[in-house]
Amino acid sequence: MLRQKAFVKKTKSGKVVRVVKEHYLRDDIWCSLEACKGCEHTEPVLSSTPNISKLFPLPHYIIPDTNIFINQIDMMEKPQMTNVIVLQTVLEEVKHLSPSIYKRVRDMITDREKRFYVFSNEHHRETFIEKLKDESPNDRNDRAIRVATKWYGNHIKDLKPSVSVVMMSDDSANRDKAAADSLQAASAKQYIESLDDTELLDMLTSATDLDEGNRIIYAEHLTPLHLSNGIKNGKFYQGKIGISSHNYLEGSIFTKVNGQETTVLIVGRENLNRAVDGDIVAVEILPKSEWRTTPTGVVVDEEEEEAEEESLRKEKKESTEGSSEDTVMTDADKSSSEPTPEELASSQPYAKVVGIIRRNWRQYCGFIDRKSVHTPAGSTAPVNVMFYAMETKIPKIKFRTRQAHSLLGQRVIVAIDSWPKTSRYPFGHFVRSLGEAGDKSTETEVLLLEHDVPFHEFSKQVLSFLPTEGENWIVQPEHFVGREDFRSLNVCSIDPPGCTDIDDALHVTPLPNGNYQVGVHIADVTHFVKPGNAMDLEAASRGTTVYLVDKRIDMLPGLLGTNLCSLRSNVERLAFSCIWELNDSAEIVSVRFAKSVIASKASLTYEEAQNRIDDDRMQDDLTKGIRTLNMLAKKLKQRRLDLGALTLASPEVRFSLEHDTQDPVDVEMKELKETNALVEEFMLLANISVARKIFEKFPDSAMLRCHPTPPAANFEKLEKAVARMNIQIDHSTSKTLSDSLDNAVLPEEPYFNKLLRIMTTRCMMQALYFCSGAKTEQEFRHYGLATDIYTHFTSPIRRYSDVMVHRQLYAAIDSSVSYGSELTDKEDMNELCAVLNHRNRMAQHAARSSVELFTHLFFKNKTEEEEGYVIRILKNAFIVLVPKYGIEGIVYASAKVPKGSKAENGSNGPAAGQAVLVYNPDTDSLQSTEVVPEGEPPKVQIQLFQKVMVQITIDDDLKGGGEGGMRQKLKMELLKPWIEGISVQGECNKDDPAAVAHVTALATPAPQAKAGSDKKRGGQETQKRGGKRSKA
Amino acid sequence: MSRVELLTPEGLRVDGRRPAELRKITSTTSVLSQADGSAYIEHGNTKVLAAVYGPCEVRHRALAVHDRAIINVELNVAPFSTSERRRRTKTDKRLLEMSSFVKQTFEAVVMMNLYPRSQIDVYLQVIQHDGAMLQACINATTLALIDAGIAMSDYVCACTAGWIEREPAIDLNYIEESSDTSEVTIALLPKSGKVTLVQMESRLHVDKLEELLSLARDGCQQLYGELDRTIRDRAEDLAKKIVV
Repeated sequence: MLRQKAFVKKTKSGKVVRVVKEHYLRDDIWCSLEACKGCEHTEPVLSSTPNISKLFPLPHYIIPDTNIFINQIDMMEKPQMTNVIVLQTVLEEVKHLSPSIYKRVRDMITDREKRFYVFSNEHHRETFIEKLKDESPNDRNDRAIRVATKWYGNHIKDLKPSVSVVMMSDDSANRDKAAADSLQAASAKQYIESLDDTELLDMLTSATDLDEGNRIIYAEHLTPLHLSNGIKNGKFYQGKIGISSHNYLEGSIFTKVNGQETTVLIVGRENLNRAVDGDIVAVEILPKSEWRTTPTGVVVDEEEEEAEEESLRKEKKESTEGSSEDTVMTDADKSSSEPTPEELASSQPYAKVVGIIRRNWRQYCGFIDRKSVHTPAGSTAPVNVMFYAMETKIPKIKFRTRQAHSLLGQRVIVAIDSWPKTSRYPFGHFVRSLGEAGDKSTETEVLLLEHDVPFHEFSKQVLSFLPTEGENWIVQPEHFVGREDFRSLNVCSIDPPGCTDIDDALHVTPLPNGNYQVGVHIADVTHFVKPGNAMDLEAASRGTTVYLVDKRIDMLPGLLGTNLCSLRSNVERLAFSCIWELNDSAEIVSVRFAKSVIASKASLTYEEAQNRIDDDRMQDDLTKGIRTLNMLAKKLKQRRLDLGALTLASPEVRFSLEHDTQDPVDVEMKELKETNALVEEFMLLANISVARKIFEKFPDSAMLRCHPTPPAANFEKLEKAVARMNIQIDHSTSKTLSDSLDNAVLPEEPYFNKLLRIMTTRCMMQALYFCSGAKTEQEFRHYGLATDIYTHFTSPIRRYSDVMVHRQLYAAIDSSVSYGSELTDKEDMNELCAVLNHRNRMAQHAARSSVELFTHLFFKNKTEEEEGYVIRILKNAFIVLVPKYGIEGIVYASAKVPKGSKAENGSNGPAAGQAVLVYNPDTDSLQSTEVVPEGEPPKVQIQLFQKVMVQITIDDDLKGGGEGGMRQKLKMELLKPWIEGISVQGECNKDDPAAVAHVTALATPAPQAKAGSDKKRGGQETQKRGGKRSKA
Repeated sequence: MSRVELLTPEGLRVDGRRPAELRKITSTTSVLSQADGSAYIEHGNTKVLAAVYGPCEVRHRALAVHDRAIINVELNVAPFSTSERRRRTKTDKRLLEMSSFVKQTFEAVVMMNLYPRSQIDVYLQVIQHDGAMLQACINATTLALIDAGIAMSDYVCACTAGWIEREPAIDLNYIEESSDTSEVTIALLPKSGKVTLVQMESRLHVDKLEELLSLARDGCQQLYGELDRTIRDRAEDLAKKIVV
């Protein structure tokens, strides 16, 4: 049967056209019930023993409406929810409303265990309905859902044993109409309550009943129409908001203002107007008089916390909370000096959020604030609790739970549901619990979730694409078809110790004409991973292998990564080889690429290879080869450096882990050997050669990697700081930058050069994957490596980009290779690049967090005193880098008076919270406040690069109170120079007269400090410990 | 997921068809009284009218061939045929190309040597365009030529096929066509199984072609049934009139 669907649509160019579509109705859409024999479905999805609830007499299937999916998706995802009929009408609405939820629904549908069945009711002859006159599309869809429910009811009514269908809808009008049609209907709440499942109950999205008081806190968001008009006529600016990780009340967007790309700052709760990190927002620029010029401050929002607790206890007092918070904000304001007009001209624009274009709410990991739980222990009555996300960018979330007490001290996942303008904080619901806080595996899971790293086991479907021989797979004669046989070559691999996924190996052979044949052999992953299959899709979505301190999250199943693809020694393996002829000065004479079979002769560690080079007694072919490679690599490197490649540094550390417990026992800096550089040089060479080749074959869709030139603004502060030491940094090209870095040596400070390189690294842009069709050839440049084209080819086991590059290269060298649009489609390639860039960044962050986690474990119960360097100045704090451990920490510049004591002992120093050091924008430094005669330097000054002594401890002073609160933080406290009110006493400064004087003065009021509140105890103890030791 | 989902995981296309299904076909012949033969065909919302004049004397002497006829095809697309009005000139290269496809297809099937020094004119008018235009034009021409009583060795049935979301499908509609699918049109002589036209403009890997062609061939056979029925109905009609 044929129906016409006609509707009016606006085209891109603004014309209004009428679109007519055919719409076929079918008789062959089946109900998919196991028990139904009338339908001709082959693989029924819905079980013959469906759900049972107290609410309905018969076992039943659930037919949810659109809003159930949109609002209760977390609950629907629980394994308890099965046998659900998803109507096409609902699915299309969900897709239209939220692509991300649509994807989750689709994932549930593919999961056989969930038994979700899509009933294409819109194309079913008996369930299709026409829109009635004067009926809104929503009403029509609701009616379609009821008609489909009714059809199912009639269709299955004669089945034995009896079953029924239940429509689930939170819309009471819809339910009433269903009742009038004598259909069974229930709201999500009614239904879940009838199941008696506390976990599911907690997951129900909070309705507005959490709302307390009707005081309007935020300005109304504008309507989408308003926003799009405003953006069009330039009144508003659109961008993705990024919240500062130091201050959750400060965000920024990157957008074009007056034709210039700039960062627009949004500061303060009112201006942020309920925007959460990652949301796409529309902002309006504030008048210039409201712009500020000081750098990022750190909000120490303790007062606000207290105000919040107060208000939770006595909810009536809510108005006072607002006022107390205002004081915090104005305090912060006061500390920033009034900007002068010329400063204003150069400062960044400030703006306020007027509307949200798209929310980026997801699930957040965190913990429940102990103080927000007011019911007696063990109570299971529902309470409203506050949730802190582990990410400091996310505001607190209010949610309702019945299991508050059992969740205390655990890491939990919570999702945001809504943020009405009457509520200071967003409302959310509980999703699941991860486990005890502080536990290593829980915390690792938290950091993986936090960085959006997929770490679930590979599904059966993915594993089904592995070779059936499993471990016993060997190279067969048929594999040699189209491959070169390199088994006789002296190939070896050089990797870090303990490396099991070896993806590269090298060889060199002297040629009769005096040149060298050099080969880089890369694991042939694409032989096993065919485009489009489940394993490929999984690898594409993972994007990269993530390396944590104690484990690895693989991109490919272990069988491939560590065995079949890994180029282990003395086994035959498939490889993709890149063969050059290099002359004596390491210039490329010719290059070719080939699929091959190799048998590596040895897999060496960097150290072993280095020993072979150094040991004159070793004269075997392999060792000689490595020496030749080393000689060529040095020449290659020299040429690269001459072209202006940068040598940058990062303060990376390696942990020695105790074998059984995997607890860290020692930290050391990562060391680089000559052989590291050897391997790196040839990998770079291979990557560059491959990049040229694939760009030639796929000018529009080659997967390349670029490193944009950093804008001058990134270097401003650094330049200013080094100018003080009579050092110039010329960043106009990578060559000049590299030279100026080489010349920047302070004889009295050997670490200075490394430090400068670390800080230069931070001025750099991120290197990115991109599709060659999306940029001009000038933009292909890789700034750091000083090459005009670059890609990633050499690690296909751990990076998906390399897999794509392998496919493109194979297509480029062999014209008979079959490939689909995945290699040629520009759009797809762009999308893939975006995903890979995101995954890459997240993997880096996750790795860093993992190091941080282990650093904390290492410092647990330790107090170390170390030398550090100031690497960043903030408005009311500065950041210190301790090279020995590669860690950074914030040192606050506000006075901290012995915690918990009252203002009386302020006579010993500045009052609590008052800034001891003030930011001076001229010199980008922090200065003491006392008045000094004109022309003389201030008494105490904290500047970039300054060497300081700090005391490192683990901060137990946790938000949310003690155990199970925020992840433990490293705490750094200043020892030298001595600054009244900021510094603490330690081993190294006990002879400092100022410090000693302070201790004696402190000795008297110390007992008083015990009166302090619980949450401050940690800090207090460190304070006391420091004090005692200096007396002894 | 900004793009339209052309094929749902449930296996339905945007309009509710399954991949190997044709759209609804309606066809009639002798719709015009002026022409020697005429036909009207609908493939879903693609509607084409064909008129055949001749065989008649060649208009330009110079073009005449002494031992066979020449075929002249003119294709015209109505400005109102798509949802956005667009006037196409007679010299539109795409239309000229498409008419030459039709011409070449039929030169192989019409028994040209029966009509020496004559000309057969085919006028095609696309009234509504919803994808697979060439397919509809060829099918309409077949019907009109038969209606005109011009000798042909076989029917010519045309069908398009293309890959949508990693599955081959036939008889693509406008939405499916316009979202960057590799589309192939073939014209088949259903009795002999010979292919007289294969037309493809986008890239498609050779491994995928075979699957597509066999599916399109099945589509042509289905179409043959439909076209044959129209002709037979028409013939029966005429036969009845003679008896009376």
